Amino acid sequence: MSTPVGDDAPKALVDPKAQVAPAAGSTRVSAVTPASAAPRESSDMFGATFGGDTSGFGGLVRRPRRAASSPRPYGGWFDEAVDALAQAYPGFEDAVLRVVVDRGELTLHVLPDAVAEVAQVLRDDADLRFELLSSLSGVDYPSQPDRLHVVYHLTSMTYRRRLRLETAVGVENPHVRTVTGVYPTADFHERETWDFFGVVFDGHPGLTRIFMPDDWQGHPQRKDYPLGGVPVEYKGAQIPPPDERRAYA
Amino acid sequence: MTTTTGSTRVGAEDEAPDPYAAGQRETTQGTVYTVTGGDWDSVLDGGDDEQHMVVNMGPQHPSTHGVLRIVLELEGETVTSARTVIGYLHTGIEKNLEYRNWVQGVTFVTRMDYLAPIHNEVAYCLGVEKLLGIEVPERAQVIRVLMMELNRMRSHLVGMATMGLELGALTGMLNGLREGEMILDIFEMVTGLRMNHAYVRPGGVAQDLPPGTVEKVREMVASFRKNLPGYDDLLTSNAIWQRRLQGVATLDAQGCVALGVTGPLLRAAGLPWDLRKVEPYLGYEGYDFDVPTETTGDGWARFRVRLRELYESLKIVEQALDKLEPGPIMVADTKIAWPAQLALGADGMGQSLDHVKKIMGTSMEALIHHFKLVTEGFRVPPGQVYVPIESPRGELGAHIVSDGGTRPYRVHMRDPSFVNLQALSATCEGGLLSDSIVAVATLDPVMGGVDR
Repeated sequence: MSTPVGDDAPKALVDPKAQVAPAAGSTRVSAVTPASAAPRESSDMFGATFGGDTSGFGGLVRRPRRAASSPRPYGGWFDEAVDALAQAYPGFEDAVLRVVVDRGELTLHVLPDAVAEVAQVLRDDADLRFELLSSLSGVDYPSQPDRLHVVYHLTSMTYRRRLRLETAVGVENPHVRTVTGVYPTADFHERETWDFFGVVFDGHPGLTRIFMPDDWQGHPQRKDYPLGGVPVEYKGAQIPPPDERRAYA
Repeated sequence: MTTTTGSTRVGAEDEAPDPYAAGQRETTQGTVYTVTGGDWDSVLDGGDDEQHMVVNMGPQHPSTHGVLRIVLELEGETVTSARTVIGYLHTGIEKNLEYRNWVQGVTFVTRMDYLAPIHNEVAYCLGVEKLLGIEVPERAQVIRVLMMELNRMRSHLVGMATMGLELGALTGMLNGLREGEMILDIFEMVTGLRMNHAYVRPGGVAQDLPPGTVEKVREMVASFRKNLPGYDDLLTSNAIWQRRLQGVATLDAQGCVALGVTGPLLRAAGLPWDLRKVEPYLGYEGYDFDVPTETTGDGWARFRVRLRELYESLKIVEQALDKLEPGPIMVADTKIAWPAQLALGADGMGQSLDHVKKIMGTSMEALIHHFKLVTEGFRVPPGQVYVPIESPRGELGAHIVSDGGTRPYRVHMRDPSFVNLQALSATCEGGLLSDSIVAVATLDPVMGGVDR
C-alpha cells in the first residue's frame, strides 16, 4: 500500500504545534518516514485540532502509512512466493519496486512496463500458479507524481492464495502493458479502468469506453472529476450537493 | 449486410435525414440495408445470397435479463459474432461512495446487484471491518450468514424463474417467483424492505431479528422442503426444458478460469470452487454443507448446480437458526457502533425514546458523541484490502482503500455478473440464435451489478 495519507494529509489535520516543536517531532519523522509524510496528530478521535477534548482520545497520534517495503520475514507463505517469483523472473530486482505486507495481504509494486511479464510468471510458475485474475481496477492518488494506480488482484486456485499487484503511472503518459494476453478476463476490467481513470493499456485488443457513452469527455473516477449534483431545498434550507458538503478528511 | 447503425446526436436538425429510417447504401463491402421492422421485403428483394445480418438485441428486450444489449451477427440462424454492450444502468455508485461516510456506503452498495443485496452489503462491511481490524460478534455473524443464504436462495429462484420466462416455461417462472416471495417477506420483516436493505452495517447488523423471525424462517424452510422437489420435477423432468438446455452454451473449466468466470458456472464445469469452502469467512467452516458440481459445463449443468445449491442453502439456514444465541449484534466499540438501536413506537420503527432521553436529558457528552458519529462518521485507518465472498453469481470482491478519513477513498466492487458476462461471446458464437437466449439466461447476469 502506497500512502495516500502521508502525501495527502490536509494541512488542517497536521497539528501546527508539531512543526513548532522539533524535539519530539523531527526525530520521529526522520527516523521513520520521509519528510513529506509528517505524522498526523489530532487531539481527539474525530480529528479536531482545536478546542477541548470531548472524546477522551487526547494526545492520539496517528502515524502516516509508509510507502516503503515491509521488512522480511513477511510471514506465512509470502516469503516463499516472493522468493519463487524472484527466482523465476530474472528482472525481479528492477521491476518489483516494493513488497508491502499489510493486514495479511501481500502487495507487489511493479513497473508499468513489467506488469504483463510478472503476471505471466505468476500464472505459469509451478510454485506460484496464480491462475485467476480476480479483479483489476484503478485508484487515483492526485498528490503523487504517478497518480494513477492500477491494482490487480490475483488468485491462486492451486494454492488458495491471493496477491495484489500494483503499478502507478502519471497522467501525462498513462501507459501500462495489457495483461489480456495472460488473463483474457482482463478485457472488460481494462476497458473499465480506461473509461474511469484514463489509463491506456498498450496491446489491448479493443480499448474503448465500456460504461460511459463513447463520446464522453473525461474520466469520471479521477479525483479531480467533480461528482456533480444540484443543491436541494429542504424546509427552507439549502442542502448542497454531496461533493460540496463539509468533509472531515 | 444489414445493420441498424445507432449513434446520433440528440437535437439534430429537422432536415437531417433520420438515421434510423429504413434504407440502403453502397459500401466497399457491398450493399448495407438498414431495416427497422416491417420492411424486410427490401432485404429479401436485394437478391444477395451472401448476406450477413447484424441484429441489435436489447437494450430493451424481454430476454436479455435487464438492459443488456447484444450485437449479434447472424448467418442464417447461426450466430457468428456476439458482442455485449453494457453501461445502460451505470449509476456511478463507486464514485458516489467517495462522498459519503463509511456507514452510508452500505445504502449504495446494496443497490448494485439488486438480487443479492445482502451479499453486496456483507462484502463491503467485511472490507471496512478488515480495515478497522475488528471482528463482529457471534450473533451478528450468524445473522449475516442466515440472511446471505436466504438471499442466495431467492437469487437462484429468480435466476431460474427468469430462465423459465426467457425460454417460455412460464409455470416455472411463476412457481419460482412464488417461492421467492416467502424469502422477501422475511427480509421485509427483518430489515423493513424487500430490497435495498442497508441492513448489514460495518461492525454488525442494523438491528436484531424481530420477535417471530425464527419461527417464520422455520415455516419457510418447511415449506421449501415440501415444495422444492415439486419445483425441481417441474423443470428437471420436462423434456422440452432438457432439450433447450443440454449441450447448449457450453464453457469448460479452463475457459471459465481464463475468462474469470466463477460461481455456479465454474462449478457446473466441474471445479468445486466455492469461497465459502476454500476461504471461509463469517464462520462458514462451522456449517455442514456440500458444494454441488456438474461436469458438462452447459446450460443444463448450470441449472442443476443452482437447483442443488438451493438445498445446500436450506441446510445452512437450518444450522444458522440452531446457532443463534442471544448476544450483541454490533461491536462493543462505541466509536464505531451506531449510538442507538431503533425502537418500535406508536407510529412505527424509529428513534429509541430511551436513547433520546439519555442524550437530551442526562448526558451532554453522549449527545456530542452521537452527533459527531452520525454527521461525521468514524475514521478508518489508512490502507487497502480486498475481501472476496461467494455471492449467488460467483466471487464478489470488495477492494476498499482508506486514506484514514471518514469517507472511503476508493471502493471497487468486483462484481461477478460483470466478469461472467465476458463469457457471452464464447458461449453464443457458433450456436443458434435461440441458444444465445439460453446462454444469457444461464449466465444470469444482473445488470445493476454489471454496470454499478
